[in-house]
Amino acid sequence: MSKTMTGAKMVVQALKDQGVEVIFGYPGGAVLPIYDEIFQQNEIRHILVRHEQAAVHAAEGYARSTGKPGVVLVTSGPGATNAVTGLTDALLDSIPLVVLSGQVPTFMIGNDAFQEADTVGITRPCTKHNWLVKETDRLASTIHQGFHVATSGRPGPVLIDIPKDVQFANGHYTAPPQADTKMYQPRVKGDIEMITRLVEAMELAERPVFYTGGGVINSGPAATQLLRELVEATGFPITSTLMGLGAYPASGDKWLGMLGMHGLYEANLAMHGCDLMINVGARFDDRITGRVADFSPKSAKAHIDIDPSSINKTIQVEMPIIGDVAHVLEDMLRVWKSRGRKVNKEGLTKWWKQINEWRTVDCLSFKPSEKTIKPQHALARLEELTKGHDRYITTEVGQHQMWAAQYLGFEDPNRWMTSGGLGTMGYGFPASIGVQLAHPESLVINVAGEASWLMNMQEMGTAIQYRLPVKQFILNNERLGMVRQWQELLHGERYSHSWSEALPDFVKLAEAFGAKGIQCSDPADLDDAIMEMINYDGPVIFDCLVEKHENCFPMIPSGEPHNKMLLGEASTKDAIGNSGAVLV
Amino acid sequence: MSALKIKKGSSRKSAYDLRDPNGEVIENHTLAILVDNEAGVLARVIGLFSGRGYNIESLTVAEVDHEGHLSRITIVTRGTPAVIEQIKAQLGRIVPVHEVHDLTVEGPSVERELALFKVTGQGDKRIEALRLAEIFRANVVDSTLESFVFEMTGTSEKIDAFADLMRPLGLIEMARTGIAALSRGA
Repeated sequence: MSKTMTGAKMVVQALKDQGVEVIFGYPGGAVLPIYDEIFQQNEIRHILVRHEQAAVHAAEGYARSTGKPGVVLVTSGPGATNAVTGLTDALLDSIPLVVLSGQVPTFMIGNDAFQEADTVGITRPCTKHNWLVKETDRLASTIHQGFHVATSGRPGPVLIDIPKDVQFANGHYTAPPQADTKMYQPRVKGDIEMITRLVEAMELAERPVFYTGGGVINSGPAATQLLRELVEATGFPITSTLMGLGAYPASGDKWLGMLGMHGLYEANLAMHGCDLMINVGARFDDRITGRVADFSPKSAKAHIDIDPSSINKTIQVEMPIIGDVAHVLEDMLRVWKSRGRKVNKEGLTKWWKQINEWRTVDCLSFKPSEKTIKPQHALARLEELTKGHDRYITTEVGQHQMWAAQYLGFEDPNRWMTSGGLGTMGYGFPASIGVQLAHPESLVINVAGEASWLMNMQEMGTAIQYRLPVKQFILNNERLGMVRQWQELLHGERYSHSWSEALPDFVKLAEAFGAKGIQCSDPADLDDAIMEMINYDGPVIFDCLVEKHENCFPMIPSGEPHNKMLLGEASTKDAIGNSGAVLV
Repeated sequence: MSALKIKKGSSRKSAYDLRDPNGEVIENHTLAILVDNEAGVLARVIGLFSGRGYNIESLTVAEVDHEGHLSRITIVTRGTPAVIEQIKAQLGRIVPVHEVHDLTVEGPSVERELALFKVTGQGDKRIEALRLAEIFRANVVDSTLESFVFEMTGTSEKIDAFADLMRPLGLIEMARTGIAALSRGA
């Protein structure tokens, strides 16, 4: 079936055929024909953001919380360059996005035309793949290919650059089934021989640990279900990266908490001391490994990943398994069951005894205060007062992000949206908008720091316009807290430009946009204030004035291995050597 | 490596070869990369090398299948075994890349390069240049009373050797194509 239509109409038709319900965008000269088509239909909802970076983060929030690809529409030149941070963020965190950008007409490309930028050139290293479409006849099939590439294999962002004359011209529409997707077919089934070798190791291991990551969540609900079944059946402890929180429930008794630089003591020591590490959809990021040479020195390691380039990139593993997490876990369970469901019971008992000893250190304990709100206390109370709700959490980047990961518990996947790989300040607010659009009835909270939050505060307009009751829970320490912490530990307490001067009155700011503002500085008022935020039907800026000099612990100083964790203020003196100081 | 006595390396069917992944020896590898002949594909490949800090010693690219729109990129790169494996895996993940072959480890292969040399001179030097060109089986593709342009095909070492000999005899300019390579046998 082939219909003739304009390129602009084709864009909208292709999005409908891909099942797109929401797109995030901002109009401009080079996308006017597409906006004209959007105007003349009601199936796809367009959300007008206030800055293109926010459009991409909102689409990331939408994608991460639904498992569906997020779609963005921006104009040429500055529209596209503003999207670059979001694209890079999505690439590092493997979030499926389809970004459509307008381009100057084909006959003007290369002439330094108004609002011209080499968009495919600029975005080549920050997309999974990108296309410049020069013929209207190829536009629809390219968009369908874009959705296929973004969502298959290791997900990621793609960009399709569409010159304005291609939008105006007529061409033949290609429906999704006719589009060629054979060109990209990543392998999903793991090598059964290697899976069997891993199962044999699981039967013998005395000190096994599951180390899981965002790949479990990207693989979908089946992967989460299989992971939970495997953990329960084997009785192995499980820890997760920042990106993987929620795949295994935080209330589960095999849960060790998050690992890594600000991970839990018991999780990091289990990683350091294990004899079998089973990496499921994580990538041995430097926030996880610490000093590579001393990373988990006594263990045999298995690595399940759909991306062959993740394997042996930083950590050499004995058992590489290339495949989709759900497929591989299904085979693992099947093989393990058929071999008689064996585990090393004696070893495991000892291992759990050791882990429970580590747990008694209670590494997340903090000194509460009656005078000032400790940020940890604020999050502990937020957890207590919201955990029964249908709740989604996004975060900005910094100390508050790590505290949120430590003190909030996630029972299900797709409930936690954070910028892990790129560490993008300004991610959380627009992401919360994307999440709220996908889940209009749910409680969506962005845990923020005041500095990060200001980076995309213009999105208050979007939240108000679309009546999105997103809660902005700002831990305001008037500092760039994580920068300040590193300056204290590494740079002789010289706090170079790490404080927030000239902050706005957040309550008045909320009111100026037509939202509700709440300020809280007294620990005694905190619960009531949080309840007021939850119960308000509309967007809220919650200005939580917290202790200004609190540091985030536990912490593995940069350049150190897992067993050299800092647990509190007393242990920080000269903790980071010269070689560690050059790391970030 | 571990108490579990797990065999290191890979299974029969996995893509990983069994060279010592921790080896520190820097090796030269010739990679043949089959790609869709589309706009920007070369930029993707060389952008990967510059963006991730890999070396390119030689690079050759041309369309080899007009019907199928396929181009072949031949890259000579340097690195430890782990780096070479990583380069191959990263190349494999570029969407328009169809195949990546490491000709250095996949069995015997032939490598050839074409070079043009402009040599100026008069008298004995000119005669000596011509005599050496015959020994090296270089062809004269242009000549004036003061100059020759020689064309030679061979291994990179042979081209280097010829260039060394020509330098004192008046080599003023040189162009090389970079390496093209194919595996031997069927």
